[in-house]
Amino acid sequence: MEYLSLFVKSIFVDNMIFAYFLGMCSFLAVSKNVKTAAGLGLAVIFVLLVTLPINYLLNTYVLAPDALIEGVDLSFLSFIIFIAVIAAIVQIVEMVVEKFSPELYSALGIFLPLIAVNCAILGGSLFMQQKDFLNIGEATVYALGSGLGWFLAIVSLAAIREKMSYSNVPAALKGLGITFITVGLMGIAFMTFMGIAL
Amino acid sequence: MDAKLKETILNPIFKGNPITVLVLGICSSLAVTVTLKGALVMALSVIVVTGISSLILSLLRNTIPGRVRIIVQLVVVAMMVILVDQILKSFEATYAIDKQLSVYIGLIITNCIVMGRIEAFALGNKPWPSFLDGVANGAGYGMILLIVAFFRELLGSGTLFGLDILNRFGYVPNNLVILPPFALILLGCIVWVQRSIQKDLQEK
Repeated sequence: MEYLSLFVKSIFVDNMIFAYFLGMCSFLAVSKNVKTAAGLGLAVIFVLLVTLPINYLLNTYVLAPDALIEGVDLSFLSFIIFIAVIAAIVQIVEMVVEKFSPELYSALGIFLPLIAVNCAILGGSLFMQQKDFLNIGEATVYALGSGLGWFLAIVSLAAIREKMSYSNVPAALKGLGITFITVGLMGIAFMTFMGIAL
Repeated sequence: MDAKLKETILNPIFKGNPITVLVLGICSSLAVTVTLKGALVMALSVIVVTGISSLILSLLRNTIPGRVRIIVQLVVVAMMVILVDQILKSFEATYAIDKQLSVYIGLIITNCIVMGRIEAFALGNKPWPSFLDGVANGAGYGMILLIVAFFRELLGSGTLFGLDILNRFGYVPNNLVILPPFALILLGCIVWVQRSIQKDLQEK
């Protein structure tokens, strides 16, 4: 039951995009059509699912105070360790996608290497550090939930933007401006989940 | 100063602003725009990190193999961010800097402006212009952050830098402005204003 509430909470209440603005850059740039958006969303879920448990183990057994050597606190190194793990995983994913799905590779373009600097991924690890999860299971559930939340957000924004191309938006607001406002309104809609007690 | 350098400095601040034109680096940082002080600390940190890491990577640009360049870039940027974070931590008690800022300082590593400018500029240019480009992009970013924070703190708490401005006139703070979505709506309005002035930026 605890896992379930953590899962639902990380998808809707602590949504990466609407509550923390994490992963905004690629969120705005790759949400022009649903297919590419779904591809990027899946890549984010996958990378989060792999990196967050690894970073959890590193955080618990290496970086935490007194974890590796008695009396030594290595937590100031956490930024560089987390990002190194993430960058390595992303490089591997990039090579695999390039080999097996050149179509997706060219569609994602610069945004595949930029997953390494997708704030949602590093943000997931940093929030994991703050939340003090009890075991690796919780960390994995949190990774899956926040990845799914991000996926949900980008796919729904892409769907709205596809429809929006038929509407009559003021010239200066077209593209970026109206997208910001749309995301803001979606965020307000998502705030309704905050009232749910889990 | 020759015209090209001047262009390098001025372009990111208005015409090629990293947030409103290039759409880079919106990620973590809107969360710090609830108060002006948080936005100011964040803006200064980003300027330092973009400037110095662009400089370092520009010096290294001919020695980094293409395949592993992302990892090298991340290591340099992460190092700078750790330095900034440690410095801020030592000032935490003195200047009462919000502790939660630490997560968002950490997220500067993944701020797309830093990586974007390194990829697009520092790897192909000499150190001095790269440094200026980094600083100017950080400044262009900081400017938007401060504009958003100004409105959010003024309307959301009735204060500026913690000093009471509107409340003494019986203003009731608007809680919607403090919520995350409003930062995006405000940003949309800034883009609207900028594109009404600069018609060539409008999308078809």
